[in-house]
Amino acid sequence: MTRTILLAGTMLAGLASVAQADTLRLLTWGGYAPEDVVAKFEEETGHTVEVTKSNNEEMIAKLRATGGGGFDLAQPSQDRIMGPQMEFGIYKPIDVSKLNKELFIPSMLDATMGNTTVNGDVYGVPHVWGTSGLVMNTAEAGDTVKDYTDLCAPEVAGKVSYRLKRPTLIGFAFAMGEDPFAAYGDEAKYAEIMGKVEEKLIECKENVKTYWGGGDELMNLLRSGEVTASMAWDTGGWKLNDDNADLTFVAPASGALGWIDTFVLPAKGQADDVAYEWINFVMQPEVAAMITAAAGNFTASAGADEFAEDSLKAKYQASFPQEAIDNIKWYPPVPAGLETIEGEVLDRIQAAN
Amino acid sequence: MTPDLECVDLVKRFGDTTAVNNVSFTVPPGSFFSILGPSGCGKTTIMRMIAGFLDPTSGDIRIKGGSVLDTPPNKRPVNMVFQHLALFPMMTIAENIGYGLRRRGMPKAEIARKVDEALDRIGLPGIGARKTDELSGGQKQRVAIARCMVLEPDVLLLDEPLGALDLKLREHMKVELKALQAAFDTTFVYITHDQSEALVMSDQIAVMSNGQFEQVGRGQDLYYRPETPFVAGFIGESNRWKGRIERVEGDALQLRTDSGLAMRATGAGLVQGARAEIFVRPESIRLAASADALSGFDNQLTGTVTSLLFNGAASRVLVQDDVGETLEVTLPQSGEFSSLQRGDAVHIGWGAGQATCFGAA
Amino acid sequence: MRSQSRITFYLLLTPLVLWLGLLIIIPHIDMLLISLRERISFGVYETSLAQYEKALTEPLYLRTFWRTAVMSVLATALTLMIAFPVSYYIAKMAKGRLQQVLFLLCLIPFYVSELVRTFGWMILLRETGLVSNLLQWVGLADRPIELLYTDATMMVGLVYTSMLFMVVPLVTTLESLDDSVIEAGYDLGGSGLSVLREIIIPHAMPGIVSGCIVVFMLSLGNYLTPTMLGGKDSLWFTEMIYNQFIVRSNWELGAAFGFMLLVLSSVIVWGMLWLTGRTLKETMG
Repeated sequence: MTRTILLAGTMLAGLASVAQADTLRLLTWGGYAPEDVVAKFEEETGHTVEVTKSNNEEMIAKLRATGGGGFDLAQPSQDRIMGPQMEFGIYKPIDVSKLNKELFIPSMLDATMGNTTVNGDVYGVPHVWGTSGLVMNTAEAGDTVKDYTDLCAPEVAGKVSYRLKRPTLIGFAFAMGEDPFAAYGDEAKYAEIMGKVEEKLIECKENVKTYWGGGDELMNLLRSGEVTASMAWDTGGWKLNDDNADLTFVAPASGALGWIDTFVLPAKGQADDVAYEWINFVMQPEVAAMITAAAGNFTASAGADEFAEDSLKAKYQASFPQEAIDNIKWYPPVPAGLETIEGEVLDRIQAAN
Repeated sequence: MTPDLECVDLVKRFGDTTAVNNVSFTVPPGSFFSILGPSGCGKTTIMRMIAGFLDPTSGDIRIKGGSVLDTPPNKRPVNMVFQHLALFPMMTIAENIGYGLRRRGMPKAEIARKVDEALDRIGLPGIGARKTDELSGGQKQRVAIARCMVLEPDVLLLDEPLGALDLKLREHMKVELKALQAAFDTTFVYITHDQSEALVMSDQIAVMSNGQFEQVGRGQDLYYRPETPFVAGFIGESNRWKGRIERVEGDALQLRTDSGLAMRATGAGLVQGARAEIFVRPESIRLAASADALSGFDNQLTGTVTSLLFNGAASRVLVQDDVGETLEVTLPQSGEFSSLQRGDAVHIGWGAGQATCFGAA
Repeated sequence: MRSQSRITFYLLLTPLVLWLGLLIIIPHIDMLLISLRERISFGVYETSLAQYEKALTEPLYLRTFWRTAVMSVLATALTLMIAFPVSYYIAKMAKGRLQQVLFLLCLIPFYVSELVRTFGWMILLRETGLVSNLLQWVGLADRPIELLYTDATMMVGLVYTSMLFMVVPLVTTLESLDDSVIEAGYDLGGSGLSVLREIIIPHAMPGIVSGCIVVFMLSLGNYLTPTMLGGKDSLWFTEMIYNQFIVRSNWELGAAFGFMLLVLSSVIVWGMLWLTGRTLKETMG
C-alpha cells in the first residue's frame, strides 16, 4: 500500500521536476543557505534554489515518508547517515569525483567520508561544524557550573534548562565519567550507561525550569535571566554575547560535543548535478564565510577562516582554548537500536515526577 | 367585592417614550377583561407589568386587594398564556402541565391526578405522553391554558394567543376560550388588536391608544356609544367626515361637511361654528329604491352605485352622492337588492341618532 | 435529462469520494498496517501486535494516555462552564450591536495562528512576564513568580483555545430558544435554577453535546498548547506520537499510539452521546 502511494507520488513529483530540472530543492538548517548566498548562486548559474528549513529528526522523517524524494540535497548531521541509510535507504551515494576536493579541510573530509560509508559507498561530505556545551551567565553561574552535571547543583535550582534529546544524554554520560561513544558497539553496556544517566536526570528534574525545544525559546530564557545556565550550541552563546557580555558559551570540563552537518543526496533527488554545483559553490572560502556569518558556525571549507569576522574568531578562541579543542568529543555514527534505548530513557525522564 | 385585579395610575416610561400613561382600571372577579388596541399602544407593556416581567415607573398593581409590586413573577398569583404559547418543547404534554405544580413541590401522585383532570377539562384526555409538536394549533392552545389553570391563578393573562391560528380555527377558539373561562371561573385579562376577538369574548373591553385608555365598557357601549373619535373609528366600520356645526339644538346638531354635504347628527357639548368629526356606520344607512321609503330618516340622499363589494353577510355598496362624496352602505340580505348593478340610482338615508359627532381640532 | 442528472450526481460525488478515500480512509489503513508491524532488523518487518502490547504494558505510555484523556475531559467541562454564561449573555441578554461586537471578540483570538496565541500566553505568564511583574507591582508578590509549566496553565491554554468552538454552537442553540419560553418558566413558578435545569439546558443540549465533542477532540489532539505551556511535565499523548514518528523514527509505535487515540476519542464521543441520550443524527442535524 505504502509503496503504491509512494510510487504514484514520486511519479507525480518526477513529472513536475522534469519540467524544471534546474531547481534545487534544499532541505537544510536555518542559516545554512542565507539569502545572499542563494541570490549569488542563482545569479551565477541561472538555477533556482528552494530552501526548506528543518532539523535532524524532521529531515530524516521527511525523507523516510517519501522514500528519499521531494528534495535534491539534504544536510543531516554525519552521525545520522549510516543508520537511516541501512534502515530506510533514503540516500544515494555521492560521486566525490564531481566535487572540488581542494575546497575542503582534508582531515574533516576524510573523517566524514569514513563515518558515512555504507557497503563501500560514500554518502556524505562535511559542510558546517560546531559543538554543543554550556551557555551561561558567567557572572551568576560561572563559579558553579563547570560541567553538565553541575546543572543539577542546588545553587542554580530552577534556573537551568536543557533539551530532552540525545545530546543531553551523551553529554551527561561524559560528565559522569562514562564513555558512551566507546559503548556504541555494545548495546548492553550502552543501556547500562543510559540507566545511570536516566537516574541522574530524573534526580535533576527538580532543578530544571523547562526543557527547551527551539533555539529561540532558549535565547529568550537566557536573555530574560529566567535561566542562567543551559546546555546549548556554541553559536547560541556567541550570539547572546553580543547583547550581554556576561552570557557566553563555555566548553564543559568533560569536553564539548562536536557535530558535523553534511551534504547528502536524497535517494530520489532529481537534480544531482545542480546539487554538486551548489556544494562546490558554497565551499568556496568567500561563500563559506558568508554562511559562517549567517549561521555563526565555522565550515569545513579550507581557507574560509581568512574571510571570517574577527569578532567571531575572538569569541571562538575565548570559548575554546587549545586543550578544549583537543577535548571535543566528535559524534560517531549512531548504530541502529541505540535510539530505541535512548527514546525509552527520555520518555521515562519526561514522565518522572 | 374586592376586584381580582386593580391597576392604579400605572405609568411606564422607556427613556423618553411613555409606553403606558397613567392607566387605572379594575377587573371584577370571574370576568373576562380585554385590552384592545393597535400594535404599539402599550397593551403588552401593561400585561408584562402585571405578570411581573417589567416594573412600573409609578403606580400600583393590586391582586385581590394586595399590592404585588414587590413580588417576583414566579411568586405572583398570576399566570400568562404567551402569544406563541411558549409550551416547553423539551417536555411532554403532561410534564408541561405539571411543571408549575412540580415547582410548588406537590407530590407526584397528586400532580398526575391534577394533570389528568386538567386534560379532561380541556377535552383532550389521554394525550399526556405526547410531545408538544404532535399537537394541532388549537390543541396546543388548550394545553397552554391548562398549564396555567392547574395552578389556579387569581388572574390569567392572555397575550394575543389566537394570533398564530388560521381564521377558521380562530373563530372556533373564540367560542372555546369563552367557554373555558366560564368552566374555570377565573378572571381572564386578554390582550388583542383584533376587535372581533375582544367583542365576542369580553365582559369588559378597554380600548387603548398611545399608552392611554380611551374608553372602558361593554362591547355594546363601545360599538353604539363610542366616547372618543378613536373608539368610534377603531371599533367597527365607519363613514367619516370632517365638517362644521351650523346649528345646535340640545344634542341635535345641524352641520355641513367640508365637501358640502348637509347632515343632521347628535353629539354632546358642541357649539355652533365648531369643527367636528362625524361617524356613520355602513350598517346604519338604509338603502331604498324610492325616496318615499326613507321619509322617516333625518338624512336623505340620492346617489349612484359606483361599486359592489360582495362579502357574503358583510356585503357593501359604494354610493356616490350628488356632491361627489362616496359612502359605504351595507347591502341588506333580504333579497330586495340582489339585482343591484353598478350605475344604478339609489336612495339612502339615516337617522340623526346614528350619526355620531365629536369635536375636532 | 436523466443521464444529465446522473452526471451531476457523479460530479458532486467525486470530491467527496476523493476526499474520504485519499485523505482519510487510505492513510488510516496504511497507519493500521504500519502499527501492526514489528521491526526485526534492517528493513525486515514482521506482522505482530508487539506495538500494541508495548503501548498497553509500558506504564509510562498508559499513564500519558489516561492523563491526556482525563485532562481533555476536564478541559471540556471547564470550557462548557465558562462558555455557557458567556453564550447565554451573547444570545439572550446582549442586543443588536453589542451582541455582534461580543461575538466578534470571541472570534478575534482566532485571527492569529495557534502558535502566536500560545506565545502570547507565554509572554504574559513567564517569570519575567506581565502578570508576574503586575503582581509584584501591586504588592501581592515579593519576587518573580513562574506561572508557566504547570497543569493549571496548560488547562488555561486549552480552555482558551477551545472557547470559540463551544460558544458558537451554544449561541446558536440558545438563540433559537424563544424568550417567552424562559419567561413562561418563571411565570409558572420556576426559580432561576429550575428554569436553567429544566428548560434552558435541555433546549441547549444539542449545542452542548456538539460543542463538547468538538472541544474534546481539539483538546485531545492539541499538540502546541500542552507542550509549550505544560513544559517539562506536559505529558500529552500527541507529543508521544510526534516523538515516536519524528524524533525516534519509530513509526510502528507511533501508528499504534495514533490508533489508540482514535479509539479513545470514538469511545468517549459515543459515551457522551449515549449519556445524554442523543443520536449523532440529532446532534449534527
